[in-house]
Amino acid sequence: MAEYKVKFEVFEGPLDLLLYLIKKEEVDIYEVNLTRLATQFIEYIDTMRLLDLEIAGEFLVMAATLMYIKSRELLPVEQRVEGEPEDEGEDPRWELIRQLVEYKKFKDAASQLQALEARQADVFARTPGKLEFEPEAAPARPEVSIFDLVNAVNVVLKRFNKREDLRDIFEDKWSVSQKIEHLLQLSSEKDALKFSELFEGVTSRSEVVVTFLALLELIRLKQLTCEQEATFGEIEIRRAPTPADPVETPTTEPFAANNETTSLAT
Amino acid sequence: MELKLILEGILFSAQKPLSLKELRDVFAGALEHAEGNETVRGLKKIKETELSSTLEELAAEHEAAGRSYRLVCVASSWQFVTQPEYAPWLKALVGHRIRPPRLSQPALETLAIIAYRQPLTRTEIEAIRGVAVDGVMQTLLERGLIEQAGRAEVVGRPMTYGTTAGFLEYFGMRNLEELPAAEELRRIPVEKPESLVTADPGLATVPPEQLNLPAEAKPEGEKVPAETGGEP
Repeated sequence: MAEYKVKFEVFEGPLDLLLYLIKKEEVDIYEVNLTRLATQFIEYIDTMRLLDLEIAGEFLVMAATLMYIKSRELLPVEQRVEGEPEDEGEDPRWELIRQLVEYKKFKDAASQLQALEARQADVFARTPGKLEFEPEAAPARPEVSIFDLVNAVNVVLKRFNKREDLRDIFEDKWSVSQKIEHLLQLSSEKDALKFSELFEGVTSRSEVVVTFLALLELIRLKQLTCEQEATFGEIEIRRAPTPADPVETPTTEPFAANNETTSLAT
Repeated sequence: MELKLILEGILFSAQKPLSLKELRDVFAGALEHAEGNETVRGLKKIKETELSSTLEELAAEHEAAGRSYRLVCVASSWQFVTQPEYAPWLKALVGHRIRPPRLSQPALETLAIIAYRQPLTRTEIEAIRGVAVDGVMQTLLERGLIEQAGRAEVVGRPMTYGTTAGFLEYFGMRNLEELPAAEELRRIPVEKPESLVTADPGLATVPPEQLNLPAEAKPEGEKVPAETGGEP
């Protein structure tokens, strides 16, 4: 049976994830516990790779840096290896924090730009602007970020022990396309589904993964929407308002520009 | 006849935003259509500074009067535009207005970095964002929001980037001074990429970045790694 193989590219970088984790801890960037952060970061990477999400190589580089920082913390001060003389004074902890602080400022600036962008959409001059673009409704950028979703699925995954072989994913009785149908049905029965409800009755880790991939695919195809009322709160899934043809040719979407669907005979 | 009102009339009828230069051309060319008119002749050689201050006055008047349309200066050109509160009716009037799709979060962030720190190289942008920016840069270039600004004075002479007039138009800004919190964000010195997120040279694994440095700069201050281990 032709199988869905979905690959999602995560455009956010390691700094985005770090800021996300810091926000979750509700601490000030300057006061963050880097050791704990390192552990959480690695955990996230593991989950994302489990889900076959394509993450940039920089994530692994950041993981290495965090491990370095973490291991440095474990050594008594006298034994800490200092870097080369030119390297001097550079405390890797401070370096990272400085980078995060700077990046956060630009993120805030980006939000302000976004507000300006939105305002301009409501402003009209005598003659309409350049008519070069195809009419397209403003893309439904998910309010819920990929990290929020990974966070939520992590919670579900923790219920299952690790002994299962995850390479069996496509030989498992559940396939992504089956789960897609399942999710579509679930979402048509109820007005809004809680994220956790999608995984009721799930019996294995691989089933969790397959369900999650199905959810991502449906979001990408704009069949389902995700909302999160409270930051880091429960995620709600709904049918998207505009009915779209379920069998849609993948086009470039903001969420995942590089995904491919090929039939895979395992 | 008041200069202010002449300008109002011109801008009311204009089909596109007008720069100070274009306005001056209008005043220069008006005499052809009104031979012998002293007022017109008097204004023929009007200076840009006078136009500018009169336009500011005119804009202030409309704002004080709370009009639904105001005079704005975007990318150094002047135009009457409506206030956003009236969008619902105008959208109904104009129909679905063709507007480019909204920019994604990564695109906005990259754009913000360029806007505040221009001109800068791709490597410098990536050092701040912590991740590669190729796809996003492509989008921003295609949308005419950024452009090549020149080349950096370092080995390899990599390209530097800056924002365009289109950028100002897109966000409705008069000039780069109007960037929110401009002072603060420009102030932080740009760190030359010093392999910030790579592992210390003492560690066994050398990350990919240090293996395939392109013709792009090794800016001063960046240490040459002690070992470039055999890579896969």
